[in-house]
Order: sequence, then C-alpha cells, then structure tokens
Amino acid sequence: MDELDLSPFDFRVPGGPASMAPHQLPQEERKRLLMAGFDASEKQRSGTFMHLDQSRAYCHSSHPDVELLDIKEALDRYNGLPDYFWQLIEPHQDPFTRLVAERLQGGYFIRIAAGAKIQDPVQSCLFIQGEQVGQAIHNIIIVEEGAEAHIITGCATATQERVGAHIGVSEFYIRKGGRLTYTMIHNWGEQVDVRARSRCVVEEGGLFESNYILLRPVKSLQMYPTIDLSGAGAVSRSNSIILAPPGCLVDCGTRMNLNGPHTKGEIISRAISTGGTLFARGHIRGNTVPCRGHLECKGLILGDGSIHAIPELEGCVEGVELSHEAAVGKIAQEEIEYLMARGLDEDEATAVIVQGFLNVDIMGLPPRLKAALDQVIEECRRNML
Amino acid sequence: MANLLTIQDLQVRVGTNLLLDGINLQIQEEETVILFGPNGSGKTSLLMAIMGMPDYVIDRGTIHFRDRNITNLPPYERARLGIGMSFQRPPTIHGLTLRHLVELCGREREVQQTEALAGRLNMEGLLDRDVNAAFSGGEIKRSELLQLMAQNPSLLLFDEPESGVDLENMALIGASLHDMLQGGGGNRVSGLIITHTGHILDYIDSDRGLVLYEGRLCSHGDPRRILAYIRQYGYSQGVAQLMDQEESHG
Repeated sequence: MDELDLSPFDFRVPGGPASMAPHQLPQEERKRLLMAGFDASEKQRSGTFMHLDQSRAYCHSSHPDVELLDIKEALDRYNGLPDYFWQLIEPHQDPFTRLVAERLQGGYFIRIAAGAKIQDPVQSCLFIQGEQVGQAIHNIIIVEEGAEAHIITGCATATQERVGAHIGVSEFYIRKGGRLTYTMIHNWGEQVDVRARSRCVVEEGGLFESNYILLRPVKSLQMYPTIDLSGAGAVSRSNSIILAPPGCLVDCGTRMNLNGPHTKGEIISRAISTGGTLFARGHIRGNTVPCRGHLECKGLILGDGSIHAIPELEGCVEGVELSHEAAVGKIAQEEIEYLMARGLDEDEATAVIVQGFLNVDIMGLPPRLKAALDQVIEECRRNML
Repeated sequence: MANLLTIQDLQVRVGTNLLLDGINLQIQEEETVILFGPNGSGKTSLLMAIMGMPDYVIDRGTIHFRDRNITNLPPYERARLGIGMSFQRPPTIHGLTLRHLVELCGREREVQQTEALAGRLNMEGLLDRDVNAAFSGGEIKRSELLQLMAQNPSLLLFDEPESGVDLENMALIGASLHDMLQGGGGNRVSGLIITHTGHILDYIDSDRGLVLYEGRLCSHGDPRRILAYIRQYGYSQGVAQLMDQEESHG
C-alpha cells in the first residue's frame, strides 16, 4: 500500500483560515457529516473543529478546559510544540509522513486541562468538498493529568463520488490518570485513498479507549496505529467495526505495547467483507510483567470478498499473559437455524446476525451518534443482503 | 379432542445415520405428552424433525399439524403455524440481545410484554445480554422459556427442562412451564416434553408418557408409572415389562 501515487492530488498549502462555519454547509453535506458523527449544529459538544479541503479550519471551544486550535496556530503559539510535534512518529518513516512534514495544511491541537472532566464530546471533522483534493493533516491530542474527555472525529467527502486523498498523522498524549475515549468514523467516498499514521502514549493509570468505525466504501485505506502503555496500570481498549464492500481495499489494525507493569490492552475487531479485500491486523507486545493483553478478531465474508486476519502476540518476558481469538468465515448455520425455529426466515435471520455483528453498543457512544450509526448499519445491512 | 400433531411412519436420518424409524405419534389439542428414553435413543432427533431443522432429513413418512402436511416446510413456517421448541444447547449469538430476540419471537405482538414476561422468569437482568452468552444452565432454560412465551405456540417441544438446572431454578421453570401449558398465555398449549430424570413431572400435569427406545416409540401410559418401571428395571427390561402389560391389558 506504500505505492499509492499521490501525484494526481492537489496538496496545495493554503493561506488564511476557512470562513465557513459548520452550520453554513449545505444540508446534504451536513447530513453526510452527521453520519460520520459530526453534528454541525454543535449541540451538546464541548468544542468543534472543521477542516475543509486543504484550507485552514473552523475552531470553536465551548468549554474553558478544552483548548482547541488549528495545529499551525498551536505551533506558532507554543514555539513549535517541541514536546509533542513529531515526538511519537518519525517524519521520515514513509512517503506519507514525509508528505505531511513537508506540506502541512492543518489539523487539530486539542488539549484537555488537568483534572477537567469534560462531559460533552469534542468533535472534529476532516472534510473533502472539492475534486482531486489532497489533505495533509497533523493532529495532536493531549489529555493532561487526571482529565477526562471524549473526542469524536468524523471524516467525510461531500458526495460519494468525490476523488481525493487524505494523509493524516496523529499523536496522542494521555498523561497520568487521564482518560480519553476517541471515536473515529469514516464516511469517505469510493474514490478516496486514506493513509493514517497514529501513535498514542498512555502514562501511569491512564486510559485510552479507541473506537473505529468504517461502514462506507473507500477506495483504499491503510492504518496501523500504535498505543504505548508506558505507565504502570495504563489501560487501553480498541474496538473496530469495518465493512469492505466490492472495490474496497482496507488494511487496518491496532498495535499495543505493554511497557509498564500492570498494564492491560484489549483489541476487538469485527470485519465484514461483502466483496472487498480486507486485512485485519492486531499486535500486542508484552514487554514487562505483570501485563495482560487480549486480541479478538472476527471476520465474516459475505459474497466474493476476502479477509486476511493477522493477529500477533509477542511476549518478551516470562509471565506475560497474552491471548487471542480469531475467526474468519461465514455466519454459523446453527445460529441461522436457531432463529428460523423462532419464526424468522433465512434472510431475516441472516440480517439479525449481521446487525449483531456490527453492533456498536460496546462503544458507549452518545445517543444521537448511536442513532445515526444505527441508521448507517441498517442501510449497510439492507445493501449487503 | 382433535389431533394437533400427527406423525405417520416417520424415518429420520442425519447424514447417513438412521436415527428414527417407523415413528407414529398423535398429540391432541391441550394434551401434554412426556417422552422418555435412554441417551442416544433419538428423543432430541424427534423434536428436531418435528421442528423441521434442516440436518434432520425425513426419508419416509409424514408430519401433519392441524391437518396440514408440514413434512417439507422449513422451521420458520412451522414456527409461524404454532410450533415452538426449547433447545437443549442453543448457540450464542453475539451482538443480539435477549430483549431483541424476545421481541422478534413475539412478531406482531406488543413489545411492552417483554419486560412483563421477563419479570415472571426473573430474567430482567439478562434482557440486555447477548443471547446465551455465558448463560448458566438455568438461565438458558429460562431464556428458552421466555422466547417461547413471546412466541406463544400451540405445540411446545421442550428438550429436557431439568438438565443443568439447580433446584431453585427448577421450581421456577416447572411453574412457568405448567402455567404456559395451562393457558397462561391465552389458550391451553399442547406439549411434547423430554425428560431423563422425571423431575418435571412434579410440576406439570401430563396426560401420557411414551418411551423412545432404539429408534422406535414403544410404550404409552401413565408417565409416573413408566418412570417407576424405568427406575426399577432400567430401560431395556422396564420397556419390555410395560409392553407385556399393555398387551395383556389388550
């Protein structure tokens, strides 16, 4: 996937800020963003960030403990953010990080003040409206000591047919006792290529819960974020739900390094291919004791697709506790027949099981977002059967 | 009373294994029939064949339900006609809550019944769990019963209500099953109930007992008497003695 040709895309580096607020977007576009978890009304949100095409962004924090800036502004204000900017990811790691380093357009800087418990989520969106747009984004998230927050990031194109590329780098810092739930929902189009490079470090007693949802077609997408549980007792859970329809190439996973004692990591992924090619990766590395990690990767193939599940466990010292379950296949006939004995015909039974497979309840999402996703899941379910 | 279920000369196999042969059985409206038999005698297979589970292939014979030939109908059509089955080892379905499944079982019925039905089985706390995910033996039975209450069938097929169930759960399951058979859901329900231990007889009124032995239905009479013979003589001798007695009684 490193061979993606970036030359057709316009990665221009623009000047001034975007003039448009989210509520000024056309209704159809607002709807597409809502399906990606971004509420243009900004109701029940502690802050809103929007990046359109290549331009600089709309930023608005409605909570004094949520600092929300465009990354370029944050770099200016904080002398280049020497403790955060390119500290977890190497700018020359690959062609995509290089591109972001050389042609940075924007991205968000979110910092939650120490001890603050932010009730309403902070939301952001990275939006492609134009044609042949290339986005080069760098995000930095800092959850200071004892702070708690939920950040929702929605990525979308204005229509299903837009051609574009999104290259994103994200660095997360969860300080001692901090807790972050980070939900990312992709609602790209069939002609969008996505490469994301993310890394998160979690200090002592911190929690990083990552939810990733990809239910809409994308041309190609590759990401393999790394989570370093560096402090004692740090915990991370990663939940992902991925659907690859025909024509999609998705290579996606999560890597966790259990570096501190008493750390716990859990990776749960559900993948469905209805014709696309899907790589579902997971890697937990236990570097210390005691530590516990569990990886669960379930894949369903409906139709002509393929799923390549690659779960990896790596224990580097005696006494680590790592486990994984992986299963790729079709819906268990036994489950279908059980439901048929309750009066559901075969299609109804299959639909109920697929809907259950794509269940997002485990993610504990805000009700409006949950309702929007349920609608997307219902649509997907109808389309695939 | 009219016949609700009529099975004639039924032969059933799974793969190449012949499991049942020459089965004849009638169950009347509002009748409760107890089915005994040693392990591997084909009791579960008979219930599966009546429910129409696809692995259980009918090579010969017919099954009629209320005068309709259902021999070749898929399970969901049988369920919709009024046949309900409690499975002994139902599968876990991840992502599907018991609440949702109970609502699906109810089909057009009122959704608010779910809580009330669950209350009767002390199942409120399990409604939002995935179906059968880490359920105990007693919870599985209660979950099956809850689904059947929502489904409200005319013929209830129950595979071993007492297996894997502690005494406290047994009393609850027994009472609920009794209530269901007696028409707690509206109309009286017919039952075909498999038992190994006979414990369920302490809770329900049964009309008739049958023994399935070596793939054939052999004896019918008072279920308590059948149970007493099986306890005293074991299956092989007990069945022989029961059959002798039936013959001598004409």
